[in-house]
Amino acid sequence: MTDLPVLRRVGPLAGFRAPLALPALPLAAALFFVASLAWAQTRSAPVGESAAAAVLRWAPLIFGGFLFNVLVSVLSMAVGTALGFALGLLLIAPTRLPRGVGWALTQFFRNAPWLVLLFYAMFLLPFELHLGGLEIPLPSWAKAVLGLSLPVAANFAEIVRGALQSIPEPQWSAARGLAFGPLQTIRLVILPQAVRRMLPPWMNLYAILTMATTLISVVGIQDGLTITRAAIASDARPELMLPLYLFLLLLFFVYCYPIARATLALERRFQVRG
Amino acid sequence: MQGPVADFFRWLDDRYGLYFSPFTDAFDGERILLGLRTTVELSLTCIALSILLGLIGAWMLSTRSRLAQGVVRFYVQAFRNTPPLVQLAFFYFAIGSLLPSSGRSPLIDGYGWAVISFSLLAGAFNVEIFRSGVEAVPAMMVEAAAGLGFSRLQTYRYVLAPLGLRICLPALTNNLVNLVKTTTLAYAIGVPELLYAAGQIWSEVMNVREMMYLLLVIYIALIAILVWVMERWERALRIPGYTP
Repeated sequence: MTDLPVLRRVGPLAGFRAPLALPALPLAAALFFVASLAWAQTRSAPVGESAAAAVLRWAPLIFGGFLFNVLVSVLSMAVGTALGFALGLLLIAPTRLPRGVGWALTQFFRNAPWLVLLFYAMFLLPFELHLGGLEIPLPSWAKAVLGLSLPVAANFAEIVRGALQSIPEPQWSAARGLAFGPLQTIRLVILPQAVRRMLPPWMNLYAILTMATTLISVVGIQDGLTITRAAIASDARPELMLPLYLFLLLLFFVYCYPIARATLALERRFQVRG
Repeated sequence: MQGPVADFFRWLDDRYGLYFSPFTDAFDGERILLGLRTTVELSLTCIALSILLGLIGAWMLSTRSRLAQGVVRFYVQAFRNTPPLVQLAFFYFAIGSLLPSSGRSPLIDGYGWAVISFSLLAGAFNVEIFRSGVEAVPAMMVEAAAGLGFSRLQTYRYVLAPLGLRICLPALTNNLVNLVKTTTLAYAIGVPELLYAAGQIWSEVMNVREMMYLLLVIYIALIAILVWVMERWERALRIPGYTP
């Protein structure tokens, strides 16, 4: 672009620069962690295990706990997406009753705090489900997955509704004119166009969910946070608190930050074409 | 407890076995009220501080100093991409243990750390919200202000801030709603807010189901009030005939 002075942005807006390159922030975060290790070393006893060695000893266990968080997030996302999609279809139903039911459910689960919903699922779901003659055991982690998937479903329902309604009306009437049924219209005509609008907010929702999975430690399920706290308690070395917590924060950051970046990139790409 | 409300809930208990103890038992009622007060106080404090942080951050992003921009970017991304609960644990346990304590009481108690942690978290989101609000003001407006001889600060004060605020209000409402919901995390470090109070009651009286319903209704009511206030504000600020 030619750099004519007229084209240059003026005033306060000119100050905003493009975001830092992708590796800069994780690098800064890693530096922060290393600094905390060095600090912990200065506080440790001169003889005996160094701070770095202690953190390294706990790292695999904490990482395992973090992987459990990721597993819970994937399962909750799967359940939440399926439930949310159905709920989203209810929200755009042509008749009043299903729309009202969908609206009430969505508002309820969207506005209740995640932790309260998690407690709700943990305490009020039975430990066994009876389906016909079948007895399905419901361990606490499965209840946690369900509890976390409720707010996910409500938030995804809103995303689905927004994306489906954003497809221009002529697409709907054209499909009706070609004798597609309502579900066929959605599946074959609307959805392929709406998916790209759902994808960025869906990914954003997943990142939020992944971070919310640490809530399961509050209701007594062993996850990354529980293990970190147990590690600190068992070593009785308070100076390790800082690096160990930072290590856990770093794990989540390294997992969630690329998702946030990809979400932004997708949003930009779809914006230009859509 | 006396009165028609208590009588109604006593009847509910007799007839359907739904025991809403805060309405019939004075002690439980006080506990819930204290929890409600703590939640409301915590929310209001964090809302004020997070908006302040957001304004400072958005302003720092617009300065020409690379260092200031880098610091704000790091702050925003660090808080947006890590779990709030771990942040709270990090502040309360790791940072809290480093601070000197005066006698038996620590320098900053659980409530204080909850305020700091949640304000920083919501503040990180507010930085992005305010920045996008200011950015969404048409460049034309800024150019017009420059053409009228407005200084940088004046452009901010009379053009960017008033228009940007109107643009970003819906996003701000959304974030503040999330903030109110996030205050439940203070349960994890023993701050006697609503969830904590309810937890104490249900572990003594064993009325988990009833307390859960009560909690959900109270939170939804709190959020409805917040949304109502924000929407009223949005309407009051609306400029007729102007849609950005």
